[in-house]
Amino acid sequence: MIKLDAKIPEGPLATKWTDYRSKVKLVSPNNKRKLEIIVVGTGLAGASAAATFGELGYQVKTFCFQDSPRRAHSIAAQGGINAAKNYQNDGDNVYRLFYDTIKGGDYRSREANVYRLAEVSVNIIDQSVAQGVPFAREYGGLLDNRSFGGVQVKRTFYARGQTGQQLLLGAYQAMERQVARGNVKEFTRHEMLDIVLIDGKARGIIARNLITGEIERHAAHAVVLATGGYGNVFYLSTNAMGSNATAIWKAHKRGAAFANPCFTQIHPTCIPQMGEYQSKLTLMSESLRNDGRVWVPKRAEDVKKKPADIAEEDRDYYLERMYPAFGNLVPRDVAARAAKKVCDEGRGVGPTGRAVYLDFKDAIQRLGHHVIEERYGNLFEMYEKITGDNPYETPMMIYPAVHYTMGGLWVDYELMTSIPGLYATGECNFSDHGANRLGASALMQGLADGYFVIPMTIGNYLSNDIRTPLPETSSAEFEQTEKEVKERLEKLMSINGKRSVDHFHRELGKIMWEYCGMSRTAEGLQKARGMVQELRKEFWKDLRVPGKMDELNSELEKAGRVADFMELAELMIIDAYNRNESCGGHFREEYKTPDGEALRDDENYAYVAAWEYAGMDKDPILHKEELNFEVVTPSTRSYK
Amino acid sequence: MSWLKGFFNSSIGRKFIMALTGLFLFLFLTEHMLANLLLLLPDNGILYNQYSHFMVNFPLIRIVEFLLFGSLIFHIIYALVLTYRNRQARPIQYAVRKPGENSSWVSRNMGFLGVILFIFLAIHLTGFFAKARITHDLGMVTINGVEMHDVYSLVKAKFEIWWFDLIYIIGFMALGAHLWHGFYSSFRTLGLRHPQYLPLFKGIGIFIAVIIPLGFAIVPIYFLINSLS
Amino acid sequence: MKITLKVWRQESPDEKGRFDTFRLDNIDSHMSFLEMFDVLNQQLIEEGKRPVEFDHDCREGICGMCSMYINGRPHGFQSGTTTCQLHMRHFRDGDTIVVEPWRARPFPVIKDLVVDRSPFDRIIAAGGYVSVNTGSPQDANSILVKKSDSDAAFDAASCIGCGACVAACKNASAMLFVSAKIEHLSRLPQGRVERVRRAVNMVRQMDMEGFGNCTNTGACEVECPKGIKISNIHKMNAEFFKAVWVSSEEVEA
Repeated sequence: MIKLDAKIPEGPLATKWTDYRSKVKLVSPNNKRKLEIIVVGTGLAGASAAATFGELGYQVKTFCFQDSPRRAHSIAAQGGINAAKNYQNDGDNVYRLFYDTIKGGDYRSREANVYRLAEVSVNIIDQSVAQGVPFAREYGGLLDNRSFGGVQVKRTFYARGQTGQQLLLGAYQAMERQVARGNVKEFTRHEMLDIVLIDGKARGIIARNLITGEIERHAAHAVVLATGGYGNVFYLSTNAMGSNATAIWKAHKRGAAFANPCFTQIHPTCIPQMGEYQSKLTLMSESLRNDGRVWVPKRAEDVKKKPADIAEEDRDYYLERMYPAFGNLVPRDVAARAAKKVCDEGRGVGPTGRAVYLDFKDAIQRLGHHVIEERYGNLFEMYEKITGDNPYETPMMIYPAVHYTMGGLWVDYELMTSIPGLYATGECNFSDHGANRLGASALMQGLADGYFVIPMTIGNYLSNDIRTPLPETSSAEFEQTEKEVKERLEKLMSINGKRSVDHFHRELGKIMWEYCGMSRTAEGLQKARGMVQELRKEFWKDLRVPGKMDELNSELEKAGRVADFMELAELMIIDAYNRNESCGGHFREEYKTPDGEALRDDENYAYVAAWEYAGMDKDPILHKEELNFEVVTPSTRSYK
Repeated sequence: MSWLKGFFNSSIGRKFIMALTGLFLFLFLTEHMLANLLLLLPDNGILYNQYSHFMVNFPLIRIVEFLLFGSLIFHIIYALVLTYRNRQARPIQYAVRKPGENSSWVSRNMGFLGVILFIFLAIHLTGFFAKARITHDLGMVTINGVEMHDVYSLVKAKFEIWWFDLIYIIGFMALGAHLWHGFYSSFRTLGLRHPQYLPLFKGIGIFIAVIIPLGFAIVPIYFLINSLS
Repeated sequence: MKITLKVWRQESPDEKGRFDTFRLDNIDSHMSFLEMFDVLNQQLIEEGKRPVEFDHDCREGICGMCSMYINGRPHGFQSGTTTCQLHMRHFRDGDTIVVEPWRARPFPVIKDLVVDRSPFDRIIAAGGYVSVNTGSPQDANSILVKKSDSDAAFDAASCIGCGACVAACKNASAMLFVSAKIEHLSRLPQGRVERVRRAVNMVRQMDMEGFGNCTNTGACEVECPKGIKISNIHKMNAEFFKAVWVSSEEVEA
């Protein structure tokens, strides 16, 4: 039975982190050399942690499934990174960033963690600039800032549309420096398949060498998971093809609580699905809604017409109609749900009927071609490359897509999961974004966790381990875990059914998108749970994995990941069913105001739902971590 | 001196050698071409023979000559080493190649052009240099009381043969192509990258690639036409 | 669309490879090039055959993982585009497309179209960083950086490490990749401090990996999906020269 103890330090919010750092136990340099840490995942959270551990003198092993650590999906983040620097002198400070993040998360995150995040955000910028991250600058040589979704200050630092790439390269390079010094060892094209517990503590992992298929044992004093989000449960998302939940799901099955699995962020402006073959969705910056008008035909029979052939009076600018005050600039979740609604009515456009128009005709007429080109030229170009349509001449087609998962492994203030010695950082933990993440905050959290939080907190645990020798990989625990990993792989290989992994993954995605996506109902969720269970049975009966186990076999890799998604999907459904309220990315049709807005239930649901694994086909056990708001008072998110 | 060894064994160091020796050879070519124009003077070769005599007997020029041959040898040796290494870097070739879509023919075929130039040089050196400097197999002439080799007559005799001229013209065309890429490329290898001056050097390179072979080619054509009329 | 694909197949690094020919009758012109491969692989799995292995991840042109040599050009013929962003509408119905892996000795084929690009990581480890530990560096705005320097650094830093430059170069030279990192860091005051050691160490590592030499054909900059300029190579040449001949710092080339 898991006992949740968030270990939030005593004292006023503003000094918790400082007090913690003053009192935390340290490990001396000569002892750090003897301690090994495994870091799984090399995105912002993983690479920054590995680099910093290496600098401190720990022995580090990093694992990633890509061919180089630099390819982790953090690289694809476009917009920017928030920091309470107040360089613009517009009244920003740590408290405001903290407040915006808590409020943006619809009051479902932990105050202490979020405050710490806002506090270290300023150090991230200093650190990154020192590493040579080429942030945008003004002519005077100072750093430039821009504003981002729903806040009143300019606090977002950016490097054109490639902020994630530049920050990741900074962390990656810092890590490579430690590789050269012998403190970090990289294992690329390796996938963690299970975690090894000795005496209830995380003491190593089982990984598969994806080139040779060899199953390897790696021991350590502590294990850090930084494996990103699980948006690929939905098959189509803005995540990378390889993004997966295997590491966190395996950890969950070994005893790590999974918190708020149903909190998923859906981004309203993505390039829609064009056909069944579609493999992923691409994000188009939200800024497009500043000048574009969103519409669909008024009549369902017009949807196959060319947009130019639909007369002005036959167009429904539904956002302007439904939300006259905010119009096309309503928040992400509202815009996403409205698009779904009109498409459900059969008025969606495009080959699949799941798209709406984003029209720049009026803006081009009003401002001129060159102004639009200056503002959105690169986005228009990207859109044209992917779709073949020229947005200057014909309206863009957009549709919401899964983008980020706020839920993840439950962690305490020290980022330790409910398994001692197992940590989770970045998107794979649940801690900072509550029910909804603000733009430009994911990069901030990944780097805060990796550079500044975990290097400090892990010492508190490892200081008890300075006399513990590195566990033998020949121990019974490693033996047993490896056996289980191999059995599962053999099972996947031996089903020898008729259908491919992608088939099942696509089916799973459809169920999740339909019933556990933008809007959810108790009835639909119950139905979906049955469907997922059914599909899972089908999967284990009719899957076909070609090739062999002891070679590069991407179908086998995918099969393992999808098998885990199948189980995680059910937990997401259970959590969504349990949470009888609407908050942030979680919208339950039953809980809305008369005019259709989300209705939170602070009395009954102001808690973190941390689920404990109870065994295959058994209901998970719910643990509640009550959220105590000592500083901010939860209020209704209002944009009317 | 390990830094020196390291430098010349590094990829960039080797490229520097290619560039520097190449540019030195280009300087010589310029001088050679301009001097050749003396052959066009209607003085029955007096000035040209005097020039040749001076060049052979002036000590400083003899030193420069060593430098010249040294440059040539290094240019060739390093070209061979670099080509060998470059080949090794891609042991298996692509089945389908469309190099013309991303680079110019000349830039990809400096080695091939170099081989043509080498053959041409062998013919040229046996035809003139060896006779004048090693075998002394040529007539003598006395100008202003000084007895000297009659290089002019040798040149005249040779260039009146049409196929010999043809070999020379082909050689000069290869030279032009080699310079077209080589001149500009040398400066880039040496680190020139200023966006303002780069196009200038490219232009100069193209100008040189046309003017030098043209200057050389005038001489055989002149003698050929003279012999015909 | 109907497409004939000739794809390089190779079971393992030591095995000799061959081309396999596949016919695809039902290709949607909106598909990306990699989605066409998904379709092919689904077809192969259904037929009980081994699917084609190929590298890919983000599928939005930024991770640098995809790496196909398509009809004689890395990432295909469309400029400024990675394979994952190349779409079938640019091909003609009935086309035959030949797909090969990157070819370079330092990038051995692992399987089919998958190659090992770890030399790039080792080159970065040799010096492609600024030596600052995590901690409390000075305030980010305490060192002014000229906008033009910052922009130029960014241009070079936008390299995605895909290896198309090596694949395109007739000499399999990695100088565009290496020089982009050298230019990125030496352009900024933060990285300038270490420029001497960086240039020498990164070039040495590059040479040790067995890449060829630049002959300024310019193929790399034409094929680079991120538009990295060949002038970076010339800057690197100058950096290296200065490091060895001018700098008083003790370094060994």
